[in-house]
Amino acid sequence: MAAELSRPRRSRQHWIERLTGTGFALPAFALLIMVNLLPLIAVLYLSLTDYEFGALEAKFVGLANLNKALSDPIIRRSLSNTLLYVAIVLPGSVLLALAVAVLVHGRRRTRGFYEVAYFLPVTSTLIAMATVWQFLLHPRLGPVNAALRWFGLAEVPFLSDPAWALPTLAVIGIWQLLGFNMVLFLAGLSAIPKDLYEAAEIDGVATGIDRFLTITWPLLGPTTMFVIVTTSITAFKVFDTVAVMTRGGPMGSSEVLLYNIYLEGFQYFHTGYAAALTVIFLFFILAFSVAQTFALERRVHY
Amino acid sequence: MASVELKSIGKSFGSTPVLGGIDLAVADGEFMTLVGPSGCGKTTLIRIIAGIESQDAGAVLIGGSSIDHLRPHERRVAMVFQSYALYPHMSVRGNLSLPLVMSRLRLHERVPLIRLLSSRRRETMHSIEGEVEAVAQQLQLGALLDRRPAQLSGGQRQRVALGRAMVRHPDVFLMDEPLSNLDAKLRVHMRTELAELHQRLGATFIYVTHDQVEAMTMSDRVAMMDAGHILQLGTPTELYGRPANVKVAQFIGSPTINLLPGSVGSNDAVELLGRRLQLAVDLPAGSPLTIGLRPEALTAVPANTAPADAGSLPARLRRRENLGAEHILHFDLPGAALPPVVARAPPELQLPADGHVALTFDPLACHLFDPSGARVEARRAEGSRDPVVVPFRS
Repeated sequence: MAAELSRPRRSRQHWIERLTGTGFALPAFALLIMVNLLPLIAVLYLSLTDYEFGALEAKFVGLANLNKALSDPIIRRSLSNTLLYVAIVLPGSVLLALAVAVLVHGRRRTRGFYEVAYFLPVTSTLIAMATVWQFLLHPRLGPVNAALRWFGLAEVPFLSDPAWALPTLAVIGIWQLLGFNMVLFLAGLSAIPKDLYEAAEIDGVATGIDRFLTITWPLLGPTTMFVIVTTSITAFKVFDTVAVMTRGGPMGSSEVLLYNIYLEGFQYFHTGYAAALTVIFLFFILAFSVAQTFALERRVHY
Repeated sequence: MASVELKSIGKSFGSTPVLGGIDLAVADGEFMTLVGPSGCGKTTLIRIIAGIESQDAGAVLIGGSSIDHLRPHERRVAMVFQSYALYPHMSVRGNLSLPLVMSRLRLHERVPLIRLLSSRRRETMHSIEGEVEAVAQQLQLGALLDRRPAQLSGGQRQRVALGRAMVRHPDVFLMDEPLSNLDAKLRVHMRTELAELHQRLGATFIYVTHDQVEAMTMSDRVAMMDAGHILQLGTPTELYGRPANVKVAQFIGSPTINLLPGSVGSNDAVELLGRRLQLAVDLPAGSPLTIGLRPEALTAVPANTAPADAGSLPARLRRRENLGAEHILHFDLPGAALPPVVARAPPELQLPADGHVALTFDPLACHLFDPSGARVEARRAEGSRDPVVVPFRS
């Protein structure tokens, strides 16, 4: 008798627990939908219309925007510019940050100074810094070209020569990301137990190169994966320096995807088309993250 | 030939002295244990022998020649760390091979990709593989060679750490608290395994521990350290039976030795809590003494039945711990504000219901220490066989 009574009571208990759990999860879930998923769906929908900013109605055009974007030479060029930018910034900022982190990690008294110095560009506003860079790189007034002249070299029109504009922006991108990546690597370095180095020393891992190859580099694997993913996404989103310093020029040589989305969406008010470009943009970001996670995950978790 | 000799090793960290002139000679093939409370400098000392730390003063000799100028891997020593310090990204095989890879392959034969150009690499790796398998068999790690450290139990990791030390056939094994991360049962088992390993390898072992049981059970000789000095160096039997210092007496032995206040009375006689013992020392009358009595030296008998020539203390039972083979008895000494006195007793011992007993002991079982903590030798007092009966102080 008692056993028969307890069964419905147990299932009621079970339901109360589930309802309570759902109730607690609901606010966070609702926020996630409103803030992340709904805007994404809105972008996906807009990309299928010919909506223009301020218009009262929109026509469903299917994949026409996407087709147009993929065959548009300007978009293709901005996409390849963006990929080239990533291809310079990613190895540059990751490898340099790793080297700087290893060096800074070895400092004791001066470590704080170097950390702050390298981290300063991260804390500064890139728009403001871009203006400073514009002055530094100015062909006649800038100190960089002054230094080149002093060494007897020719002036370099960093921002006004189509061959130089994008690499110059990439160097500024490296400058900006270096400190952040260095801090991530420093955290990773601090997490490596000291006794591993001591054990390695007794085992004959005697030189700096051996130490790096045997202990440091493999144990920084998880950190490196994270740094590569965040860096490539950040680099793919390059916008501020382009908007302030070159406006995509000269002759479109520094047009990047996000800048084109901005132009289409907020200068020409082609909201539907801009949404289609955003979908392409999101696809690349997603592909980056997925590919890197799968490629590296198996090798870096212990 | 792998004796280890330390000559007045001194070391400070900043302004904190850690080691104050350590002299120690470890014979070839000896199992020497450095034991002491945490912070006594024993780990620093072993790290100096390994070459991970450098001493401020003094010299380390292995096999009779100075090795202070040698890097750790050139010293023919191997070390087992308390944390094991296994390389988490390498398999057991990789961990065991690393010392051999490092010593037998040149840099260009180790660097990824470039190493593919080397023809010698494959043969060398093949012979390394064979040696690693042999060590793995000895330690029953054969089935685990392809696992990562994270996939092993504590005891298995411990064996990998041992194996990594063994593959190089070092002259000296340095062990820094290798058993302290294991559970109690495994620790007891590994004590036996380590002692057998020492016998089989015949190498010199220098073993650091804060666990006196490990020191007592495995060592040929024990160096008890405190505050950067060696308090006593001797066999486990010597340390237990004739502690040179009150700290040694307290540290070695479980349950801990009972320490009671005493003094020197007239005619060089030793007095314990005001009672005269059949013991004499060569110290001025009135000197304070600390009197140590091991728990097994005390026998509980019904009050007032103590033999005349034995020492005795009136006591009342406070607690009885049953350990199966023996019981640990905790007694209060009436009238004396002292921590409980602990005695061992056979399980069948019957005590009076009110718990009032006399604790008797052979006076020669007393360990006497002067106020500085140093051992004082005593002799059996001559003359009067009548113990002076002193009433309870209350």
